Amino acid sequence: MIQIQHLVKRYGDNTVLELPQLEIPDGQIFGLVGNNGAGKTTLFSLLLDLIQATEGTVKIDDVAVQDSEAWKPNTAAFLDETFLIGYLTPEEYFYFIGDLRGVSKSEVDTLMAGFSDFFGGEILNQKKYIRDLSKGNQKKVGIVATFIGDPKLLVLDEPFANLDPTTQIRLKELLKEKSEAQGRTVLISSHDLQHVTEVCERIAVLEKGQLVQDIVKTPQTLKELEAFFAKQI
Amino acid sequence: MILLRDTVSRMFKRFISLQWRAFRRSPAFGSSVLFKILSAFGVLYFTAIFALLGVGAFYLVEEEMGVDPLPFINDFLIYGTSFWVVTRYFFQKTPVLNIQPLMLLPIKTRQVVHYVLGRTMFSFFNIGNAFFFIPFSLVLLNEGYPPLQVLSWHLAIIAIVYCTNFINIMVNDRDAWFYAFAGVLVGLGALQHFEIFDITQWTGPVFYAFFEQPLWALAPWALLFVLYRYTFVYYAQRMYLDAAMQTPKTEALQLRLDWLNRLGRSAIFIKNDIKLIMRNKRSKTTVMMSVLFLFYGLLFFTGAAYESAAWKIFAGIFVSGGFLFTFGQYVPSWDSAYYPLMMSQNISYREYLEAKWTLVVAATLASTVVASFYLFFGWEAYAAVLAGAVYNMGANAHLVLLSGAYIKTPIDLTSNNKPFGDKQAFNTKTLLLTLPKLALPMLVFAIGNLTVGEWFGYVLVAFVGILGYFLKDKVFNQIERLYKSEKYSTLNAYKQNT
Repeated sequence: MIQIQHLVKRYGDNTVLELPQLEIPDGQIFGLVGNNGAGKTTLFSLLLDLIQATEGTVKIDDVAVQDSEAWKPNTAAFLDETFLIGYLTPEEYFYFIGDLRGVSKSEVDTLMAGFSDFFGGEILNQKKYIRDLSKGNQKKVGIVATFIGDPKLLVLDEPFANLDPTTQIRLKELLKEKSEAQGRTVLISSHDLQHVTEVCERIAVLEKGQLVQDIVKTPQTLKELEAFFAKQI
Repeated sequence: MILLRDTVSRMFKRFISLQWRAFRRSPAFGSSVLFKILSAFGVLYFTAIFALLGVGAFYLVEEEMGVDPLPFINDFLIYGTSFWVVTRYFFQKTPVLNIQPLMLLPIKTRQVVHYVLGRTMFSFFNIGNAFFFIPFSLVLLNEGYPPLQVLSWHLAIIAIVYCTNFINIMVNDRDAWFYAFAGVLVGLGALQHFEIFDITQWTGPVFYAFFEQPLWALAPWALLFVLYRYTFVYYAQRMYLDAAMQTPKTEALQLRLDWLNRLGRSAIFIKNDIKLIMRNKRSKTTVMMSVLFLFYGLLFFTGAAYESAAWKIFAGIFVSGGFLFTFGQYVPSWDSAYYPLMMSQNISYREYLEAKWTLVVAATLASTVVASFYLFFGWEAYAAVLAGAVYNMGANAHLVLLSGAYIKTPIDLTSNNKPFGDKQAFNTKTLLLTLPKLALPMLVFAIGNLTVGEWFGYVLVAFVGILGYFLKDKVFNQIERLYKSEKYSTLNAYKQNT
């Protein structure tokens, strides 16, 4: 479970995020939407303790992220290309993550075999470094690497951007399966309202650092969200 | 001169102001200014040395060797020129201008390229030569050499200096060419040293011809023109994104490193570091440098330049410490490109440090074995190397990691720029840390040397090195604390990728 208490991030006088309270229970698939500068990536970075909160805390399973590193074995994230190691081949990168998470080479191989459709034949056994892959393929590598070791919490920033339609559809299935069948918590952010409403059970809207909506998905959610963002014009 | 006209055009002023803003607004600006001041002193120093050499060379050669200085200098110009190319390769930055945003603007591609290339002409590596050759030519005139011929020789030399400028720009993109070139150069030098083949007999007259036959001076200018055109076309054609941005399609280098697994969890990082070193331009250059360090001692143990014994231990530390200083100093910056990954995975700092330390010690050990050839220069030389190696492994291996913790310069692994002089490497804390790394062993040696004798000095240095090993855990704790307390600012600094 993720508990956020009075979380504030300020740069000088500029408050970029202010969340009085937010709780995400285990097994939920949670979507974060908002325009540019709404604070989505800031929230994820705070959650992963990559930036320091001005006030307040984020707790993952009752552990404050800045005080202990006990949350790390159960958490996997892919925010951007700084989570990839460019001079490794995708296989080597997967093995490296596997080593860190105590997953053997053969287990990684078995896991990867299950993603051959996701990779579309462009990633495994290509003898290419990750830095030489296209943006979309890099993203696939980063996302799939978060599945290694089956962590309890997945954090993905804009997972659908840059992906081809086939992979987008497949990723949506995968994420739903993670949450529904395996009880994993999944946090994603997106600019694409349709993707988010399709995948997520619960959707939070951020606007200029404030949580302005927190809704459980219903068949009307997409319409409501579209109406909300259209109003901003 | 197309180039001059371009330089004065307004477009160029715009480019220069962009360049200035990039410098002024870079996060490294503060230390950048300090760095500029330090390099300014360096430039002044070399200017003075060059000028003195320029004036002095003539009389030195005439009196000491009793030969006509001009042909003598001409004989060695082939080595001078080649040496200049090698020096430039390591030190001179290749022209880089962020072209992508400019491509869609109504600026002629030609002008951008002329600017980028033209800017390199004002580099110290070109201008600096004037401080040697102008005094030298003036001395020639003063000594009654015919003015027209001196002028033609001088002009030819200028053209050759600029030729090396453009050769460097082209070679910088092609490592294979460079290493082939450097290899041939070393080979020729060796052949000459062992009096098997003397290249200067063939090349000396070529350079002398610029003096004897003023018209010949046109040849290097023609060559310069060709080189400029070639580089110009080379760059102009690469002003398309797919050409400039396209990474060469090299097949991934396969490395079998599973045998390292016996080292336990450290192996995870050591395997990665070996791949990092083998597969990135910047780190490869660094390792090449550390090989050069091996020969650094030759300056001290063969020449009469540094007779003082304390300098021998200084050399001893550098001989085996090449990798230690060039690689260790930049931990954790080598991992800057994916630092957020490292910070969100379950990695213990201790394991991470232990892995880097093992790598540094292993490389020091290997360097020490290779450095056994110093035995030829007497037991003192070899003792200095051994004592230095023990000190490096015992104390310096963790001390460099400590200074690395203060350096927050992101390293761009794919680019070869600045393999030596990273700006932020100059901060007071890292400067202070050079004291225990270099000054302390020299001091310890001096004490032993002055009280009992040279051998005792070496023993003392090695002993202090072994003592240093027992501080390793303390130092690691300190580094760990630093990594933790500096985590956010380090992450932030690594985000700035220029």
